[in-house]
Amino acid sequence: MAIATDSPAAPAAGIAAGTAGPAQRYYRRFTAPQRVMHAGLMLTFVGCALTGLPLLYSSKPWAVTLAHIFGGFEAAGTIHRICASVMIIVFSSHVILLLSKAMARGGVLPLLWGPDSLVPQPQDIVDIVRNFKWFVGAGPQPQFDRWTYWEKFDYWAVFWGMLIIGGSGLLLWFPVFFSQLLPGWMFNIAALVHGEEALLAAGFIFTFHFFNGHVRPAKFPMDTVIFTGRISEHELKSERLAEYERLVREGRLAEKEAPAPTAEAKWFGWVVGGTALALGIVAIALIAYSIFA
Amino acid sequence: MPFANRIIQGMCGLFCLCAAAVAVAAAPPAPPAAPPNPNDTCLMCHSAADAKGADGKSIAVDAAKFVASVHGELNLKCTDCHADVSAEKLPHPDKLKPVNCANCHEKAVKEYAGTVHGVARKGGNAVAATCTDCHGTHDITRAKGDDSRTNHANVEATCEKCHGSDDVVARGKLPGGNIGSKFHDSIHGKALQGAAQASAPTCTNCHGAHDIRAKADAQSRTSRARIPDTCGSCHKKEREAYIKSMHGKLRQEGMLAAPGCTDCHSAHSIQQHEKASFQIEVIKECGNCHTDYISTYRHTFHGQVTALGYTRVATCASCHGAHEVLPASDPASRVSKENRLKTCQTCHAGAGPNFASFDPHANRHDKARDPIYYYAALFMEFLLFGVFAFFGIHTTLWLYRELKVKFGRGGKPDERH
Repeated sequence: MAIATDSPAAPAAGIAAGTAGPAQRYYRRFTAPQRVMHAGLMLTFVGCALTGLPLLYSSKPWAVTLAHIFGGFEAAGTIHRICASVMIIVFSSHVILLLSKAMARGGVLPLLWGPDSLVPQPQDIVDIVRNFKWFVGAGPQPQFDRWTYWEKFDYWAVFWGMLIIGGSGLLLWFPVFFSQLLPGWMFNIAALVHGEEALLAAGFIFTFHFFNGHVRPAKFPMDTVIFTGRISEHELKSERLAEYERLVREGRLAEKEAPAPTAEAKWFGWVVGGTALALGIVAIALIAYSIFA
Repeated sequence: MPFANRIIQGMCGLFCLCAAAVAVAAAPPAPPAAPPNPNDTCLMCHSAADAKGADGKSIAVDAAKFVASVHGELNLKCTDCHADVSAEKLPHPDKLKPVNCANCHEKAVKEYAGTVHGVARKGGNAVAATCTDCHGTHDITRAKGDDSRTNHANVEATCEKCHGSDDVVARGKLPGGNIGSKFHDSIHGKALQGAAQASAPTCTNCHGAHDIRAKADAQSRTSRARIPDTCGSCHKKEREAYIKSMHGKLRQEGMLAAPGCTDCHSAHSIQQHEKASFQIEVIKECGNCHTDYISTYRHTFHGQVTALGYTRVATCASCHGAHEVLPASDPASRVSKENRLKTCQTCHAGAGPNFASFDPHANRHDKARDPIYYYAALFMEFLLFGVFAFFGIHTTLWLYRELKVKFGRGGKPDERH
């Protein structure tokens, strides 16, 4: 542990350290580009969702109001396309960064396998079963490595959603151009999956993803790790003991240690995350109202 | 001294008038000497602007207006119309019989008896219009006169005395309610206020005057069957196209329920067809009969945007045409195989042949029509259901466990570590 940190070194008292105090150690979980990408994805996603919802539920009275808030249907469409373009740029840069990282490390294999990979693996099946057992009181709380199965699902849901929604969206944006290459019925499919997949994405993010990061008692009211990039030693040990132990075993824990998140970073997380949360709740309320009312 | 003479003359005149008035008021039987114009006898009592009868109602007649009226022009005597008054038997009774216009206007009155007004009045509707409600009484002028109530420019105001009055509409239970403001703001009403006034239609152009009938009456100009001809008397090209259209053909086959002009355009609130509000309304009108097509349309981008009130995208008529609407099976149809691409290209300039195989009415429940779409929709349904079911259960159980760990008695805090 050669690196001096801002936070005074606390004795590694393990579980007994309990609640986060000023002496808490922090470890790097997300890099700056990853945090920026998440913020970009988040804001553009909310933008696309709110400007797309009036079309999806165009027959509901609130749809007209919402479209007017954005300055009418045309303006909402423009905002939708701007957000979508930024989102595609974010997604593309993620893929490019990922591939260049893989090249630097001499292959895509570490990307596809192992505890640092986001690709689903047999361990995830084990984790799902164990977690359900814990839910119903039939076993202890399982310990996870760097990526839990639900986080992998989040990641791939976005990945798949980007291809499906982004691809179909481009088709619908430039129908004349794509009609040179594709049969007309593809536009029917594109319109269908664009809306349904968007509903799935918004429905998922604004409920389950929010639950994971905000609602469940362990994270309430907000898990700021995606904004600060740092996870406390306490959280790392209590949720990702497998990762902690692996890092200790591999002797990589010290290189992950980072200064405690600054107050500004936390505030940024609260404001940006809180805004997205509020808008997401509005969106999900409108969807729920339209489906059930 | 001419001035003094005039005063004396005036005094004498005044005295004579007063004497005459006193004579009439006291009703002495002495008949006055026959004046050159028999109407002057009547005017002795009726000319004063504030003349009132025994019941307090005005009995004033504006002699100048009468002289200027069409009846004055013909030198008619008051008693020609008020036939139960005789110059020999004055004063006449307080209550006179209603004037019978049929004495001269036999044809018009006969026609009136069959009109909606005549029938209503016969049925006891006291507010239903009679001759005088539209034509006036002592001041009737020829319709071509600028001030005539029945002049083209004034007809709207004449009809709206009743049909634009909430009070009369309520008392007479007038069909269609208060149509005054509706018509005034309609394309016809606006044209009547503008430079095209002379050629713009007013009430009587569609409804007729002495042949005005309830629209339920098959003879009415505004009956369902006759509306296309009534509108077509001005809108000739539209009528031609309509007759050849599917809707027109259905009418010729005897299906009166098939849409006519007013089903899409309304009657009194007709708007310019370029207006978004009109185009949005017409979509709904089409959907009243074509229920399956409106629901599939609403699932397309076109239908969603118009549902929000914007018409930059295709409405029904953009693809199917308006008056000339024909089924896709007809080669002349705008949406026939032969013409479809050209129709798409009216908005999507440069669209290739593939473009027209897009189904603007794709139905996710119709396997035969759109098999790929059907299975894609089914897949999406399963995907959404699967994801929400799995994570619904997952999240509920998770919340339950975390709450139990945090607050529950049975929860062991170290279970979380």
